[in-house]
This record gives sequence, structure tokens and C-alpha cells, in this order.
Amino acid sequence: MSGGVVIVGAGQAGVQTAFSLRQAGYADAITLIHDEAVLPYQRPPLSKSFLKEQQDEEALAFRHRDVYDDHQISLLLEERVLQIDRPNKNIRLATGSHLAYDHLVLACGASNNRLSIPGAELPQVLDLRFLDEAITLRQALANAKRLIVIGGGFIGLEVAATANQLGLSVTVLEAADRLMARVVSPEISGYVLSRHSAEGIKVHLNAMATNIQENKEGQLTVSISSGEELSADFILVSVGVHPNTELAEEAGLETDDGILVDEFLTTSDPDISAVGDCARFPFAFDTSLIRLESVQNAVDQARCLAEKLTGNPTPFQAVPWFWSDQADVKLQIAGLTPTADQTHILGDLESGKFSVCCFNEGVFIGTESINSPADHMASRRILASNRTLSPTEAGKDGFTLKAFASGQ
Amino acid sequence: MIKVTYVASDGTKTDVEVHEGNSLMHAAVANGLDGIIGECGGSAMCATCHVYVDEAFADRLPPIDDMEEEMLECTASERRKTSRLSCQIEASSEIDGIVVSMPETQI
Repeated sequence: MSGGVVIVGAGQAGVQTAFSLRQAGYADAITLIHDEAVLPYQRPPLSKSFLKEQQDEEALAFRHRDVYDDHQISLLLEERVLQIDRPNKNIRLATGSHLAYDHLVLACGASNNRLSIPGAELPQVLDLRFLDEAITLRQALANAKRLIVIGGGFIGLEVAATANQLGLSVTVLEAADRLMARVVSPEISGYVLSRHSAEGIKVHLNAMATNIQENKEGQLTVSISSGEELSADFILVSVGVHPNTELAEEAGLETDDGILVDEFLTTSDPDISAVGDCARFPFAFDTSLIRLESVQNAVDQARCLAEKLTGNPTPFQAVPWFWSDQADVKLQIAGLTPTADQTHILGDLESGKFSVCCFNEGVFIGTESINSPADHMASRRILASNRTLSPTEAGKDGFTLKAFASGQ
Repeated sequence: MIKVTYVASDGTKTDVEVHEGNSLMHAAVANGLDGIIGECGGSAMCATCHVYVDEAFADRLPPIDDMEEEMLECTASERRKTSRLSCQIEASSEIDGIVVSMPETQI
């Protein structure tokens, strides 16, 4: 019997691969392996709406159970892959059985980085990646008054903004000299800092947590690098992630902070592909090897892979985009902008609605927008086209991204 | 539960029972309808859950806010008078029986 496609991991990339394969007409078996007991679910709401509303877990599920059956996708819940046997093209499962594959898809995702400081193991120090962790965090938010968030990236700030809206006293500790330093320009970092500060969130920059202590009442005291001590009822740690590469490494696949793939998302074994957070791939816009942690990347890679596995291989070249909802700040990013050496602001910071156009050596590389979805969508269209946008052009009176994208 | 009828671009109709409070985007995706994508999970950030609402129901929906308005300007298929993002339409008894048509393409 044909093993068909076996997909390891049922996050955004794994689930999308399964359904895109069926949409593309793949007719053989599809097996999707999920290591949790619940139906595969969306993660973006876990740091936002799910924490606020008594949202039904059902509303997070990508698809209802019967839809997997209807599409003849065999979904294995609470199952883990222990080993890949490449010569025999099968995998060994934690429950003891073996599963053959024609093609194996590694959609293993990423794991949260841990803090390695004294006290990090206390039960009031929470993590957020999985649904059960979101439920624990939601309970803590409902019962506590003071939260310290360690890490001022997307997830940390989304939770901070949500907790602040729920009436908690919130402090954010960020080790770098600005918020979201890894992903946005200093202009956006500064604006977001001012918005959160105005809403009452206390943000400490250049602040490393060095120690967490618990008193007899269960209250926490966090020592930070400046020598200050801050108290809290609980702490959320969100200090980045690392790709899940162990399975690939043990199987002898090439890895380097991610499972290495070519432009067709194929690993160093032609019968194995990798997609989503765990894959390091050649970026179509400058050929550097990158790894992206985003819904868009997971979904677009899954679609690209499904086309390859049904006989229509095309190189992966989707325009990256990201978003983050932080209270009334809707941040959208088109393109990869950390290498910007020049920026041009469209709109006005005071109005809370503006975009930062980013350039590298005079070449347009993307836009970071605040509450300006039309600029965001136009930027994605410009990046996907072959048109060049110069800083001079963007600086002209009356310039809009939307008009430029429409060729006017 | 309310009844929602989704009409695909080829005219195929699918009736779905939707829990009150759930969005019409999520109900379509969770039930495996191909005509709605909802890539951003319902944050009005991607415009891939565009639908045309049957005129009889259009004025029973909450008004279009600024973000939805801008995103509707960026849909892959043409915007019409009855265009909405289905992630912004919550199932409620007010709109029981609503009919929404899905455009030819969302991306």
C-alpha cells in the first residue's frame, strides 16, 4: 500500500499542507500527525481575543473533525514521531507503530525559548504557545492584579495590551534598547512605546531579569539588571523561539537554525520537505537563507509545497507579511524591513495612522504600517511586482502607495 | 444556531448551522468551504474572507468600520455595494437565514 504524504505537525503549515494537497487534486493517502489531544487550532487569537472573551475552544479549530474525514485526511491526535528511517521511508511513532511514506513533510514548528535565571521554574512564571497554556494565562489574568511580561516582542506586547485592557497593572521588561527591535524600524518601536505608555503600561528598556523570588504569600519579586526590584502576581515569558530541528538532525538532514530547504522547500533528502517555522529557505528577494515565524509564511509555503507534490513545482517566492494587534494599534508589515538603511514616513504619527516605507541602498524593501491597511496591501502588491520604488519617488508631494501600486 | 447559506462562485449552495457569536468566516473555513480563506484568523488584516451579502440582509449588519472599509478597497475580486469581510459578521438571531456569495478568488 502506498504511504502517501505524511505530515509531521498540525500547526498552520501542516494543516494547510493537508488541505492544499486535496485542493490540488492529490489522490493518495494523507496522514497528519498532531502531538496534542485537541483538534488543530489557530494560534494568533491566543495572545489577544482568546484571553479577553470566554471564547469557545471550538472557535479556534481550523476545521471541524468531520471535515478531515470528508477530505480523507487521517488525523492522528496525541501522537509523536520518534524517528525517521530514511532508507526504508518510514517513521516510528511514540505509540509503537511504524508508518510508511512516499513523501514526508516536516512542519514541526518552533518551541519557546526559556529563561535560565533562578526562579524561572516557579508555577507563576507562565509560557504561551499552546492552547492549554493560553487557558492557564486566561485564568491568571482573571484572578491577578499585577503582571510582568518579560520580552517586548509581538506576543509579549499583545498580551501586555490585553492585560492592560482587562484592568491589570502591567510592566514589560525588554532587554534591547527598543521594543520589537528584531522586526521593526526605530520609528515604529518609538510610536508603539508611546502608545503603550499612554495607556498606562510601564515599559523598562535595556532591562534583563536576573532573578525571580517568591514570598510566603506567593507574590513574586523580579530583580532586573539596573538593580531595581519589581513585584508581580505572575509573569509571562516571551523571549523568542527556536525551530524544532531535533527529528531532522537525528535523521541526518542538513540543519542550521532550521531545517535547510531549497527554493522548492525540499530538504537534503528529495523525499522530505519542510515548511513553516522550522524551515530555513532561500529568500527570493535577495537569496539569503532565512527562517520566518508567521502565519503567512506557513500558509504560502504549504500551498507551494502542495503544488510541487502534485506535479507543478514552482520556486517559493511569496512576499512576507506580518501583523500584530496591540489594543488600538494595528501594526502590519509588508516585506522584510530589518535591513532598512533609509525610511520615509507617509501620514502623520499624531493621527495614529501612518506608514514607514523602508529602503535598503535605495531599493524599496517593505512598509511598516500603523492602522493603514490600504498602505499595507499596496506595498504587498508593489513588492510582488517588478516595479522599483525609490525614496525620491516616495518623498514626492501627494505620493500614495495605493496610487503607485495601481500604476498611476 | 442560525442557518447561513454560502453560495460558491459556480452557484453551488451550502447551508451551514453556525453558533451565535461565531463569525461567518470561521464557520465557512471550519466546515471546509474553499471559497473563503481567512488567513489572518479574523483580525480584518488580510481581506481573504470577502463576501457579497444578500441585499435583504445587508442593512441588518453592523456598519463597516474604518479598518474594514480600507481592506474592502483591497480585495482580490471586485468590491460591490454589498461587499463585506465575513470575519466581521457575527452570527446572531437577527441574521438567521442570511445568504452570502463568495467571490471567484480571494488571493
